[in-house]
Formats: sequence, C-alpha cells, structure tokens
Amino acid sequence: MSDATAKGLLTEETKTRIRELMAKYPKARSAILPALHVVQEQLGWVPEEAQDEVAQMFEMTPAEVRSLVTFYYMYHRKPVGKYVLKVCRSISCWLRRSEDVEHNLCEHLGIECGETTEDGMFTVVHGECIAACVNAPAIQVNDRFLLDVDPDNVSEIIDRLKAGDPRYPAAVESWKRPEESKGE
Amino acid sequence: MSTLVITELMDIEGIDGIDTYVKNKGYEGLKKALKEYTPDELIEYVKASGLRGRGGAGFPTGLKWSFVPKNPGKPKYLCVNCDESEPGTCKDRDMVTYLPHQLLEGIAICCYAVGINQAFIYIRGEMLEGYEILEKAVEEAVQRNFLGDNILGTDFSLDVVVHRGAGAYICGEESALLSSLEGERGFPRLKPPFPAVEGLYACPTVINNVETLSTLPAIMRKGAEWYSSLGTERSKGTRVLCLSGHVNKPGNYELELGASMRHLIEECGGGVMGGELKAIIPGGASAPMLTKEHLDVALDFEAIAAAGSMAGSGAVIVINDKTCIVKTCLNLDQFFEEESCGKCTPCREGTKWLVDILTRMVNGHGRPEDIDLLKSVCNNILGNTFCPLGDSATSCIMSAFKYFPEEFEHYAHHGCSILEGKKEMAKS
Repeated sequence: MSDATAKGLLTEETKTRIRELMAKYPKARSAILPALHVVQEQLGWVPEEAQDEVAQMFEMTPAEVRSLVTFYYMYHRKPVGKYVLKVCRSISCWLRRSEDVEHNLCEHLGIECGETTEDGMFTVVHGECIAACVNAPAIQVNDRFLLDVDPDNVSEIIDRLKAGDPRYPAAVESWKRPEESKGE
Repeated sequence: MSTLVITELMDIEGIDGIDTYVKNKGYEGLKKALKEYTPDELIEYVKASGLRGRGGAGFPTGLKWSFVPKNPGKPKYLCVNCDESEPGTCKDRDMVTYLPHQLLEGIAICCYAVGINQAFIYIRGEMLEGYEILEKAVEEAVQRNFLGDNILGTDFSLDVVVHRGAGAYICGEESALLSSLEGERGFPRLKPPFPAVEGLYACPTVINNVETLSTLPAIMRKGAEWYSSLGTERSKGTRVLCLSGHVNKPGNYELELGASMRHLIEECGGGVMGGELKAIIPGGASAPMLTKEHLDVALDFEAIAAAGSMAGSGAVIVINDKTCIVKTCLNLDQFFEEESCGKCTPCREGTKWLVDILTRMVNGHGRPEDIDLLKSVCNNILGNTFCPLGDSATSCIMSAFKYFPEEFEHYAHHGCSILEGKKEMAKS
C-alpha cells in the first residue's frame, strides 16, 4: 500500500493528458471532471489513492475531489468488470420492459444489479435516462450504446461480447488493484 | 410533410464530415452573418426570426443574447447545453452525432452576435461517441478556419472546448451546469444574478441548447422571414419531437410547431402500441400528464401550457391502457429521487418520501391516508427549491391525481392495482 502510494498509480502519460486538459480552460480546475475520466480510462476505476494524486495536481484537497467522485455517477469507486453494462431504467425504457432486460441480464450472469461476475468480466448497473428513448429499451456497454435490446434475448449480447464481436463495444482491459501493482 | 429546418441534411451520407457539410451549403450561414451583419444587427435578425430556446423554457433566443452587456470589461462565454438527460429526450444526441458541423456553425453565429471568443460544449459524460465526434469536428473546423483565430479573414476569433460531464441530470439546469463546468458539484445557484450578467467564472454567459444553436445556420441561409412564416403565431419554426413509449414507430420527428399530438402519434408514430391510449407526457418526465382527451392539442408552447402541461424538452411519451399509473409515477419519481442534487431539503427529502409512499402502495401496503400524504409532500416541495427539479417530481403525481384518482384509491383501499388481472407491459 505505502509503496504503491509513494510510486503513484497514475502513469506519466495520464499526467501529461491531465496537464493538457488543464491548459484548455481559463481556470485549471474546470478540467477536473475530464481529468477523472482520464484516470478511469487508465485504471478502470478511480481509487482513493488516484484521487489524492489528482487533488495534488489541481491543488485541491483530497476531500474536494472525493466530493466530486461521489456526486457524479460515472466514476467507479470500486473495481468493475471489463464490460460495464448500464441498463437504462427511466420512463421510456421502462415502458418497453427495461426491468426484464435488467432481470434477465443479471440472471444470465448469476449476479445482482451492482455486482461483478467472479471472473471480472461483467458488471451490471442501472442507469437513469441515457438519451436513447426512441430506441428503447437501451443499454450502454462501456459508455457505448446498444439500442433496441430484445429483453428475451440478452444472452446474445453476452455471447457476442465474450466472442469479441467487432460490432460490439470493446472491453476495457483490466485494472490493477493497488496491492497488485506493488513491486512492479 | 412538414418543412425540415434542423434535420434537413441529416440523411446525407457523410454529412458529419466537413467536406460533405460544406458541399451542402454548410457554413454559408456563418459567412453571410460575418459579411452582411454587424453583431447588433444579427441579434435583431435572430429576434425577428422568432426563434425560442429549445431546452425547455422556450425563452426568445435573440432577447436572451441582448441581455449580455456589450463591454463588461471581462470575457464573455457561451456554454452549449448538451447535457440532454430529461427522460424521453434524445434529439440533441442525434444532432451532435449526425450534424456536428451544423451545431458548430450555429455556435460561431451566436458568438459573433454576442461578441464571445470562448465557447464550451457541455456534453453529458454518457455521450462518449458524441464527444469524440465533436472533438473531431472542432479540429476540422479550425483547420478550415470556420473556428479559431481570425475566422474567414475577419477580426472575429473563437475557441471551442468540448467538455465531458460525468453523470448528473441536474447539470442540465443552467446554473448547475456552470457550477459543474467550474469543477464543482453540480449545484444550482440562486438567480439573480442571471448568467447573462454573472455566469461562468462570474462573467457574462450565454447558455443555449444544442437544438437552438443548430437552427441558426438555416435561419441565416433562408432568412428570418422564412423561418417566422413556419409554426404558429407565437411558437415559430419547427422542433424535433422525441416520440417514445408505447408507439409502433418511436423516433425523432421534426414538425412545424402547431402540429397536433394526434398527428405525431398516429401519422408519424404509427399509432399506439399494445393497447389503447391512456396518457401522454408531452414534454419530458418533468411535464404533467395529459390524456387521450388532449390528442388534438397542438404541440406548441402556448397550446400545451393552456392544456395544463408544458412543451418542455419536446419529448412526447406515450402510455397505453395496460400500464398502471401509480407504478408509472413511482418510476418517474425514482428518477427524480436519484437525481436530486441534495442541496434543497424539500427536494432531497421530499422526493425520497414520494418514492417511499408510492413503493408502499405498489407493494400492497397502501393506506387510505397515503393519498393526502402524497399531496401534502408535493405541496411542501412545490415552489420551495432553488431549481425546478423538485417541482418536476410533483408533476406526474399531481396530474395523475387529476386524471386517474381511482388508481390511487384502488391501491389505498385494496392493496393492488386497478389493472390487476390484466396483462401489463411493464412488469413490476
């Protein structure tokens, strides 16, 4: 833990990208949300150690960064699978059976909503309106849209993702827990 | 067929690229604006077109621009609201995905009129593809000098930054958007001061919706007079309506303002799916419900307001008669509970209470006094919050009480839905 912290989780590339983002705005702090996206791209989630590094870069307190990471839904505060399946549950999707989509996905994967499969491949979460209402029910996989989902055939989605079907969203390669990166 | 203004070019192959866009008269509107109008004249021109904001409030666009001080002694900003998150609404996503240069052209026209050199497009984080498309489009437009320094040889310069949000409905509220863009939690601010005077970084700021700005190129090319000949007397032009829910052909349909809900649902949408029409939410989840009695109401700002609802974001959600209204209210209020930013107590606590009571009813443990309790919670939220989110959470319940009181009564007295025994689309 201490080693990882001392070394830092963020790569030089990530830090450079964050600095570039900061330079785009009249006030650097405006780049904090985009910067946290960059962190999540690298690590797959936003661990507290990484939040602290970001805080240092922005000359903010760790608590200020925490308050943002907990306010905005898109930042994962715990490790997630290579595929995060976000099921929209808002009105237009709900009217077209989003509850069945969520239920069938979870049942097929053997997890509850909010959980990750044991092999670290899939996480199912629910989302609020993802602006795909005329293609309901819709889901997002790693922030890419899958539209007009057939609630009775969600296993096909999983199969195609597992097979790496190029028409389907790509996996986000696995994050490493801080303790795993120790000693590297 | 209705005249197409905003989506006219949408079906052209490759229109998201700058070459194809330019071949189809793209950036002609900007050229005309720069060549033929002073900024002040341009503001008057947009006023004359009758264009009103498409984000929800329907405020006249030219008038909004005219509130920005001419020489404030500090920078002025444009924030483009692409935080499209109102349930039922998905038009801005299409405009960004298919016609990014039309939006950028509209941004440049607006910034020239108001004297702005820095614009931000606040795009919701979930629209990753839209973000990538916009980034590429900005780069292309800078290369061709439609954006950047000394645009088309004039002394007008404009830098456009595409900014990704990170998941928060509240950031579509304009003052919350500003907080978020400053790197804070998306908390709404008390108005006044209005953004036109004190917005981003406490500087004068225009905040316009994607659809509003995307309309400007056509207005410049074809004329304000032509645009104002479309629509009704007070609601000019066209708008993109998102038709979703229980219809056979859901989709985004651009119609002249004044077209009726019947036209949208029956002609465009191919009629109601899976049953008879029960309720219509005509302007996104925040708008009060209407019923089949309102099918002939026109989809313009005034007519919908007169019918007791609001045109809002242009999202028309259709609900068939196999759907339980109490469960529908629960779904809608789960959204508002989840998305309440937590700043104002009546909204933060009130939405939770609404969800708790509705859940109790749906689970069969409703009590007769729950109906008055729901009304009381709604009345304690209404008008008592910084921003409209709290009020929005009460819209569905208050309108459902008006049109479908028996459904709540049934739950309260019998512990089950009035539809029990009938098959439902959305199982719960």
